[in-house]
Amino acid sequence: MAWVRFRKKDMPGGLWTKCPSCEETIFSKELSENFQVCPKCSHHLTCTVDERVRYTLDEGSFEELYTELKPVDRLDFRDKTSYAEKLEKTAEKVKRLEAMTIGTGTLHGREVVLGVMNFQFLGGSMGVVVGEKVTLAVEIAMERRLPLVLVCASGGARMHEGALSLMQMAKTCAALGRFADAGGLYLAVLTNPTTGGVTASFATMADVIIGEPGALIGFAGPRVIQNTIKQELPEGFQRSEFLLARGQIDRIVSRPQLKDQLFLLMEFLAPTSDEARPVSELLAAASRSTNGHSPTEGAEAAEGAGADDGAKNRLPEESGDEETPKKKRPRKKAKKNGKA
Amino acid sequence: MAERKPDPLQSALDFERPIVELEQKILDLEELAEQTHMDLTNEVRPLKELRDKLLAQIFESLTPWQRVRLARHPLRPITGDYLDLIFEDVVELHGDKLYSDDRAIMTALARLGDERVMLIAHRKGKTTEERLATNWGCAHPEGYRKALQKMKLAEKFGVPLVTLINTPGAYPGIGAEERGQAAAIARNILEMSKLRVPVVSCVIGEGGSGGALGIGVCDRLLMLEYSYYSVISPEGCAAILWKDGEKAEAAATALKITSRDLDALGLIDEVVPEPLGGAHRDRFRTAISLRDRILFNIKELKKLPVDRLVESRYERYRWVGDGDELIRAVREAKERGGRPAPTPPAGGDEADGEGKAEGEGGG
Ligand SMILES: [Zn+2]
Repeated sequence: MAWVRFRKKDMPGGLWTKCPSCEETIFSKELSENFQVCPKCSHHLTCTVDERVRYTLDEGSFEELYTELKPVDRLDFRDKTSYAEKLEKTAEKVKRLEAMTIGTGTLHGREVVLGVMNFQFLGGSMGVVVGEKVTLAVEIAMERRLPLVLVCASGGARMHEGALSLMQMAKTCAALGRFADAGGLYLAVLTNPTTGGVTASFATMADVIIGEPGALIGFAGPRVIQNTIKQELPEGFQRSEFLLARGQIDRIVSRPQLKDQLFLLMEFLAPTSDEARPVSELLAAASRSTNGHSPTEGAEAAEGAGADDGAKNRLPEESGDEETPKKKRPRKKAKKNGKA
Repeated sequence: MAERKPDPLQSALDFERPIVELEQKILDLEELAEQTHMDLTNEVRPLKELRDKLLAQIFESLTPWQRVRLARHPLRPITGDYLDLIFEDVVELHGDKLYSDDRAIMTALARLGDERVMLIAHRKGKTTEERLATNWGCAHPEGYRKALQKMKLAEKFGVPLVTLINTPGAYPGIGAEERGQAAAIARNILEMSKLRVPVVSCVIGEGGSGGALGIGVCDRLLMLEYSYYSVISPEGCAAILWKDGEKAEAAATALKITSRDLDALGLIDEVVPEPLGGAHRDRFRTAISLRDRILFNIKELKKLPVDRLVESRYERYRWVGDGDELIRAVREAKERGGRPAPTPPAGGDEADGEGKAEGEGGG
C-alpha cells in the first residue's frame, strides 16, 4: 500500500510555527486556537489528536476508550531497527499506544462515537490494533445506536505487520457492513493525507464523506503513480477539490465549520426529533448547555452558530424536550484524554 | 500450449539455470538417440537423477524472495491456463455496466467438476499484447465494479463464487484515482463480507495488497505453494523502509509473505502443493490439485445453512490478525465498557506489568 512519509514540518510544536503553504510565521498558540488553520492563507495544518477532539466535541465530554490496546510485533519485523523498538519510541514521543484513538463524547449535546487517527504515529498506518479499534468504535456505535464519526489520516496499511495489517481492511469493512444494515450513521472526515489501505477500506465506506480543504486523498501515493505512468500529474491531483470535482467525496468542509456541519448532517440523517427544527435553534439550545462553546464563523452551518445569542430568547417552549439532546454527561476523562 | 514454446533457458530464473541446463543436455541426448537409433539410456539416466537431486536441493531451501520470483515466473500458469485445463462450459460475462470492461479481471460462469460457479479472476498475459491488454493483472476501479456486479448476480441465483487472485496490485494511475480506485476496492471488501453464497479464493501467483483483497474476502482462502500475499510489494516496502528498492530480498523476508508464512500466521486455510520445481513444470498436475481443493471446499461450505455461512465468515474477519493476547485484552476491556483497568494511580504508563511481559513475548 502507499505509505506517505511523515514530514517534520507538518508537526505542530514550538512557540512559533511556519505555515508550510504561505510560510507565514504564526504564534503556535494562536494557530491552535484557530483550528490549526493558517490565518493568512487558510492552509489546514496537521492537528494533534487532542486538538481534533477539542475542535470536534463539546469541551470535556470526550471519554477515551480502549486506551490500553497496544500493537504486538507478531512478525518480528526488522528493517534498520526492530518494529518493537520503533513502537516503543513512537509511543513515548506521541504519548499514545497506537495511531487510532476512539471514544465517546457529545457534539453540540449529541452523543457520538469518535475515532481520530494520528498521523504522527507511524504515518497513521493501520496495523491490527488500529483495525481493531475502528471495529470496536463501530460496535459501540451499533450497540448504543450512536452516530459514528471517524477522522482519518493515514499513509495506508502498516508494513511492519504484513498481511495481518492487510486483513484489517476486511475486518473494518465487515463491521461497517453490519452497521450500515442496522441503519447506523457513519460520517467520515478525510484529512491530509488519507491514502492506501485506509482509503481502500473504512474511510470511503461512510454514509457521507467529507474532505478537509487541500487534503491528499487517494489509493496510491502520488510518487508511486508518477513512477508508474512516467508523466506529470495534473494540477491539484488527489486533493479534496480534485476529488470533489470528480464525484468521489460529498463535501469539502473547512475545519472551523466541521463541528457544526457534522451536527447538521446528524440532524438530517439521524434526527433526535420527528419534527425538522431549524438547526439554529438546536445549536442555540446546545450551546447553552455546553458553556456556549461554538467556535464557528461564516458559511452555511454558521447560520445557526451566529444566531446563538438571539436564539436563546426565542425558544422558551423548547426548554422541556431539549433536555434530552443537550444533556451532557460529565465524565471523568480517560488517562490519555484530550486536555483542553 | 504447444504452439508457443519459449526458450526455457531464457525464461529460467537464475536459481533454475542449473536444472534447465541439465534438461537441455538430456533433451539433446534423447534427440541424438532418436536420430542415431543408439541406446543412450545409461548416459541419460544419471543426468536425470542428478536433475531430480538438484531440483529437490534447490527447492528445499528457497528463500522468500525466490518464492516471490516463482510467483511471477514468466512460464507460471495463469488464469488463462486454468480456464483451458479445469473450467468447462465457460460463459464469460463482461463489463461493469457503468463505464468499461476491464480485462485485468475476468468474470465468467463456468463448470468446475460437478459444480456451477461464478469465476472471478485476475488475468495476466503471456505475450506482450496480452500483457498490455490485461495491464499486467493490475485492475482499474471498473474491474472491481465488474467483479462486484457479477458477485451480486451469483448471489441472486445461489451460485458459489470462486476467485483466483494474481495481481501485483490495483493499478496506480490517474484515471484509476479519478474513478475511485480506493472506494471500489473498499466496496467489494464490504459486500463480499456479506455475500450469501460460498466464496472460495485462491492466490495462484501474486497477492498484491488491496488489489488482491478486492476479490479476496472469502470463506476459504487457499494459496498455491509458490504464491505470495502481501500488504505491499517487497520492492515498494524496500523503497520506503530501506530507502532502496534493491533491498526487496530483505523486505520479502521481513514481510512474511509466502504461503508458509501466511499459514503460520493463521491467515489461510490451505496451502495447495505444487509439483517439485513449481507449477510451471507441470501445469496439468497443478491445475488438477487446484480444482480438487476448490471443489472440496465448495462442497463443505454448501453443507452450511446460509445464515451460518455468513455468520462464520463474519467471525473469521472479526478477529483476524488479533492473536490470542489482543483478543484477551479486548474481551477484558469490553467487560469494563472499554475503560482502562483500575490500577493504582501510578504515573503515566498505561500498561500493567502483565500486559507488558506478554507484549514482548508475542509472536
Ligand atoms: Zn499560510
